[in-house]
Amino acid sequence: MTAAIAGIGATEFSKDSGRSELALAAHAGLAAITDAGLRPSDVDGMVTFTMDANAETALARELGVPELTFFGRVPYGGGAACAVVAHAAMAVATGAASTVLCYRAFNERSGRRFGQVHTPDGVDNGWHYPMGLVTPAASVAMFARRYQHEYDVTSEDFGRVAVLDRRAAATNPNAWFHGRPITLADHQASRWIVEPLRLLDCCQETDGAVALVVTTVDRARDLPRHPVVIAAAAQGSAADQFTMHSYYRDDLTGLPELGLVGRALWAGSGIGPEDLSALVLYDHFTPFVLVQLEELGFCARGEARHLLADGTLELDGRLPLNPHGGQLGEAYVHGMNGITEAVRQLRGTAANQIRDAEHVLVTAGTGVPTSGLVLSR
Amino acid sequence: MIEEAARELAARGESARRVARDPVNLPMIRNWTEAIGDDNPTYEHYAPPAMAQVWTMPGLAGQRPADDPLGAMVAVLDEAGYTSVVATDSEQTYHRYLSPGETVEVSSRLDGVTGPKRTALGEGWFVTTRSTWYVGDEPVAEMMFRVLKFRPSGVAGTAIRPAVSSDTEFFWAGTALGELRIQRCGGCGRLRHPPGPMCPSCRQTRPGYVVAAGEGTVYSYVVHHHPPVPGRAAPFVVALVELTEGVRMLAELVGVPPSEVHIGLEVRVGFSRVDGELTLPVWRRR
Repeated sequence: MTAAIAGIGATEFSKDSGRSELALAAHAGLAAITDAGLRPSDVDGMVTFTMDANAETALARELGVPELTFFGRVPYGGGAACAVVAHAAMAVATGAASTVLCYRAFNERSGRRFGQVHTPDGVDNGWHYPMGLVTPAASVAMFARRYQHEYDVTSEDFGRVAVLDRRAAATNPNAWFHGRPITLADHQASRWIVEPLRLLDCCQETDGAVALVVTTVDRARDLPRHPVVIAAAAQGSAADQFTMHSYYRDDLTGLPELGLVGRALWAGSGIGPEDLSALVLYDHFTPFVLVQLEELGFCARGEARHLLADGTLELDGRLPLNPHGGQLGEAYVHGMNGITEAVRQLRGTAANQIRDAEHVLVTAGTGVPTSGLVLSR
Repeated sequence: MIEEAARELAARGESARRVARDPVNLPMIRNWTEAIGDDNPTYEHYAPPAMAQVWTMPGLAGQRPADDPLGAMVAVLDEAGYTSVVATDSEQTYHRYLSPGETVEVSSRLDGVTGPKRTALGEGWFVTTRSTWYVGDEPVAEMMFRVLKFRPSGVAGTAIRPAVSSDTEFFWAGTALGELRIQRCGGCGRLRHPPGPMCPSCRQTRPGYVVAAGEGTVYSYVVHHHPPVPGRAAPFVVALVELTEGVRMLAELVGVPPSEVHIGLEVRVGFSRVDGELTLPVWRRR
């Protein structure tokens, strides 16, 4: 790859930002541009999520970005997280733009809450929402139940993801759950949301924004920050794919779209699972963290619970997972805060810094067409 | 508990007769016909038949007698969380005209309680009572009266509706008729759910359908607790079912306590009419 992440920025993560989503986007965008040592007038491309409510034009007006030669959006909710960087990297690689601002901004707690019941459009949704399967938690719970059934996985196995995330968040000052670790007993005592998911299996809802600046590696080398190279970026959609409801495949215990992304990342970067310094896995709901570990080849099918139990993924383990606290612990900014954490780890500026971090894997939303990144120092 | 209480109340039969506060009288007839706008001269001599219920109204501060079956059944349903009420229909039968000076008495019995039914307002029970008005021992009028006692769904009438396209309307037309339809390719015969316009096996665009036997087993399921869902009372179960025809299909599993649901549970399809435009498939234990 010839692209790098040159700057990152974010707002505070809260439950009530007190300002508009556009104000959040502008704040994070300016922070990312400034962090890169650039000015808004250097930006000539923008990429965000299809779900983002802030038009590129509106953000450009606020920031004083005069001209855009590239703008695009990526669909499928949090599955877009790493894909916005992939699209930006392709834009700078082809010369469609030189400096691309990627952003995601929402008042997802004080405004439209993802965890509440909505009635989405689309014929596909008609097979699920009217039947009473009405929240993302419910959609994931259907997979989780089958996964438990086939591999003898327990609620405690899911709970270990939450405990791990919250342990890291406890020592991350930017995390909403800073200073508030949980025990497995806390997880087991938390109420059912949609069985087999408990409250502490479900990530929080957050008001906030994250932005980052992608440019060419050559250009990034001339900027003040140490560039974080996009070693590989990939998107994936697999056979018989639905958004959150791929219930009609033979096997319900995998995430084949993520397996596809993983294979593309290893092939594109020449970096394999054994080369990674840390993992940032998308954790809107705990069960899919286990499935991701299996799908990406860190262990065999049904074995991820052992990885979680044996300390491998702890901050001081061989392969730390979500050192910022993940979305369960830090904030839910649709996966974008996981990318900025990977950048901090590779710069050596993370709250829970991993020694000599060289390559970090980041994944995007699961259960949907998804994406991933391998970032390198 | 609800069905038991209903059986017990129905078995009590007619309540004690309650005597009208006043005899049938011309001043009340005049007020009533003027309010209604009915100037039929017959009502100078006889009471309009539709006034039957008027004569035994308990008055503004009146209370239901303790043995009134509707009051007792409403209390049971209130207790069970079905706290809202809407009258749905009423049928009156008149045996003869009443004349001023006659004193009527009324007696009621519980005819039946059916449910739980899913309605656009929320889940509820239909309570049907029958009242008879007497003069002496002569029945002069009768009334069937039905109410829906329902659990308010938060926002009434907001059942989540499917987006329907020309590719999928056959399915919803089927549920309205009590048929569970599975798309069948007109070219290669492949069965497919959810349906679509082009067969992914042979690429023909001639989809038809078969009517499923409606039997299958639970492949996976969830128990929804939170947040509240319009039109449904938590906890409720949604199950992904593998039909005997080989396709999977999702629907609510009703009539089985969540603790008794398990993967492999044998189910049969049923149909839950939401309103004139939407009927949902549901699973029931086989």
